[in-house]
Amino acid sequence: MTDDLVTVRELVKYFPIRGGLLGRVVGFVRAVDSVSFAVRKGETLGLVGESGCGKTTVGKTILRLIEPTSGEVFYGRENITKLTKSQVRKIRKNMQMIFQDPYMSLNPRMNVRQIVGEPLVVNKVASGTDLEERVARLAELVGLNPDHLNRYPHEFSGGQRQRIGVARALALNPGFVVLDEPTSALDVSVQAQILNLLKELQEKLGLTYLFISHDLSVVKHMSNRIGVMYVGKMVETGPTTELVNQPRHPYTQALFSAILDPDPEAEARRIVLTGDVPSPANPPKGCRFRPRCWLVSDKCKPDEPVMREIGRDHYVACHSC
Amino acid sequence: MNCAVDMPSEEKSLMQSSEELLKIQDLKLYFFTLLGVVKALEGVELHLEKGDTLGLVGETGCGKSVTALSTIRLIPIPPAKIIEGKILFEGMDLAKMNEEEIRRIRGHKISVVFQEPTTSLNPVLKVGDQIAEVIRIHQDLAAEALEGKIDRLEAKEAWLESKGLSLVSGLLGLRRQIKDSEERRKNPPKPSRRDLRRAALAKAVQSLRLTGIPDPERAAERYPHELSGGMRQRVMIAIALACNPDLLIADEPTSSLDVTIQAQIIQLMRDLKKQMGSSILLITHHLGLVAHMCNKVTVMYAGRVVESATATELFKNPLHPYTRALLRSIPKIREKAERLDSIPGTVPDLLDPPPGCRFHPRCESALGLCKEQTPRLIEVSPHHFVSCHLLGAKRHD
Repeated sequence: MTDDLVTVRELVKYFPIRGGLLGRVVGFVRAVDSVSFAVRKGETLGLVGESGCGKTTVGKTILRLIEPTSGEVFYGRENITKLTKSQVRKIRKNMQMIFQDPYMSLNPRMNVRQIVGEPLVVNKVASGTDLEERVARLAELVGLNPDHLNRYPHEFSGGQRQRIGVARALALNPGFVVLDEPTSALDVSVQAQILNLLKELQEKLGLTYLFISHDLSVVKHMSNRIGVMYVGKMVETGPTTELVNQPRHPYTQALFSAILDPDPEAEARRIVLTGDVPSPANPPKGCRFRPRCWLVSDKCKPDEPVMREIGRDHYVACHSC
Repeated sequence: MNCAVDMPSEEKSLMQSSEELLKIQDLKLYFFTLLGVVKALEGVELHLEKGDTLGLVGETGCGKSVTALSTIRLIPIPPAKIIEGKILFEGMDLAKMNEEEIRRIRGHKISVVFQEPTTSLNPVLKVGDQIAEVIRIHQDLAAEALEGKIDRLEAKEAWLESKGLSLVSGLLGLRRQIKDSEERRKNPPKPSRRDLRRAALAKAVQSLRLTGIPDPERAAERYPHELSGGMRQRVMIAIALACNPDLLIADEPTSSLDVTIQAQIIQLMRDLKKQMGSSILLITHHLGLVAHMCNKVTVMYAGRVVESATATELFKNPLHPYTRALLRSIPKIREKAERLDSIPGTVPDLLDPPPGCRFHPRCESALGLCKEQTPRLIEVSPHHFVSCHLLGAKRHD
């Protein structure tokens, strides 16, 4: 499709496990194992899954903050995986990331003016009064006061810090932003502020988001489409409303049924899965969800299911549905 | 109550004996730090009856954990100090007890499941021993130790006989030992350390089995790092329930777990509550969890209780502006909303809290009165308490 801004094709990332006296590679953590998807211009794609399913690795590999083992990532028509380091730096102006923990991702020794201005200085985009002006405009955009600019990160609350992180990510006018659990360190009332801000900015600046989170209600609120990951694999992708109302993959069904809405009378029919999430260092053969699945059949063990279209824009990797 | 006809007998007895288990009255607790006095709790009120699951909700720093942990004195004193107030548990005032007395209650009558199972378990002890420790400290195991001893002697005798070595068993005097031990059943002697350990470990395995860990005998022999997060939380629950406590304090028991594992632990806690009849004080910021587990809810904000009601009432008819705003700010899976209603501003700094109602700087319907006077907690309808001047004003009209 022509309106795809970011396309990911068969992305693979294995992290080597070293062991023994000589530190030889004794195995691999298959963090991301052949994942393909596309993010369309102006939309938000939500990426959900439990810890260790590889969603953050996908986000970081797209920006080449982690080098992929194999596979391709396109930004527009440019194949990012083929670029040299200096070329990557140029394209990264268009692709930015907002991190999970606003307490860890801001340099405590820099004040807000320096933090927000740094991308502009490093990329030699602005200097002097121009820099001042642009930093002030960014601060206003994310709802920070001008007098906040001289303060240091420790003087801010979590929500304010996340605003600083947003301002920094937007400094270079990116087209695409990876949001890695941007609100999971925040309180609910503040989370709502940040989610609203992100939505406003998307409309105002025409941003495209990859929204990574384990919180399904938040992802549902933010995204046009959702992709569900399980142990390094994409198991289902589809438009948000369809995925929420008619999840097809058994894992997606279990995941959505586990959401607790604040309503004591909504007696949901909940699916409680048995067992634990398998380790990506030693995933089960065939379908990775097989040991916990209630629809398991003979086909699931020998064959790994592939993604197939089951509805308009709705893909599922499962033998039984 | 006439609806109790087809209720299981256990639940019925809980319904009837609606006696007070924990009652916190006007609790004030300050932290005296180098930066100044942090007024963490400013007159907290809490009521928990037998069989209740009470949800204590609020945002970071509202004092929900401090309230719960101060009941069993897990708050370091100093820097903390209870300025005034009572913590009545089964009629005793826990706030006035000394360390020795509180220790007999902690882990025995009141126990805690902490948020982060990874840091709350001892990494160098097998999980079985960690559970057994609580049992050994709080329970008299003389009878169990004796039974264990008899069982082992009998097994030995049977084994020898099966091998045709009854002569050896006679030489060892096994039969006599068994007889001796059986005679002492009425008045069991003080067991040896080894027998005590064995008996406690056997009980620990039972307790692990209750939490649904597969193969509890083997799991008891493991170290915490060998278990997954969900399994570790089950071990924490096993420790907490080992002595069959009257009150279980669960401090964010599921927030460090994955969604599907969360569902398992919630299910487990519900089942165990039914089985053992403990009451639960659930501390959480997750309103969805409260809606699914609790029959009563208390909402805190900046060290004060702002609203308290039954769960159905609170979610259907929230009255305090903070509770209402909090409920509106959560994205819901079954509702479509373009924008979330957020609460402007942030939680106040408790070193220098705003005067009057602590929520007034963020409240959309604040009156002039709110800045000056602290609202009192009043009962607006049966079992529904709110502390807000707006409701007081309406009542006067």
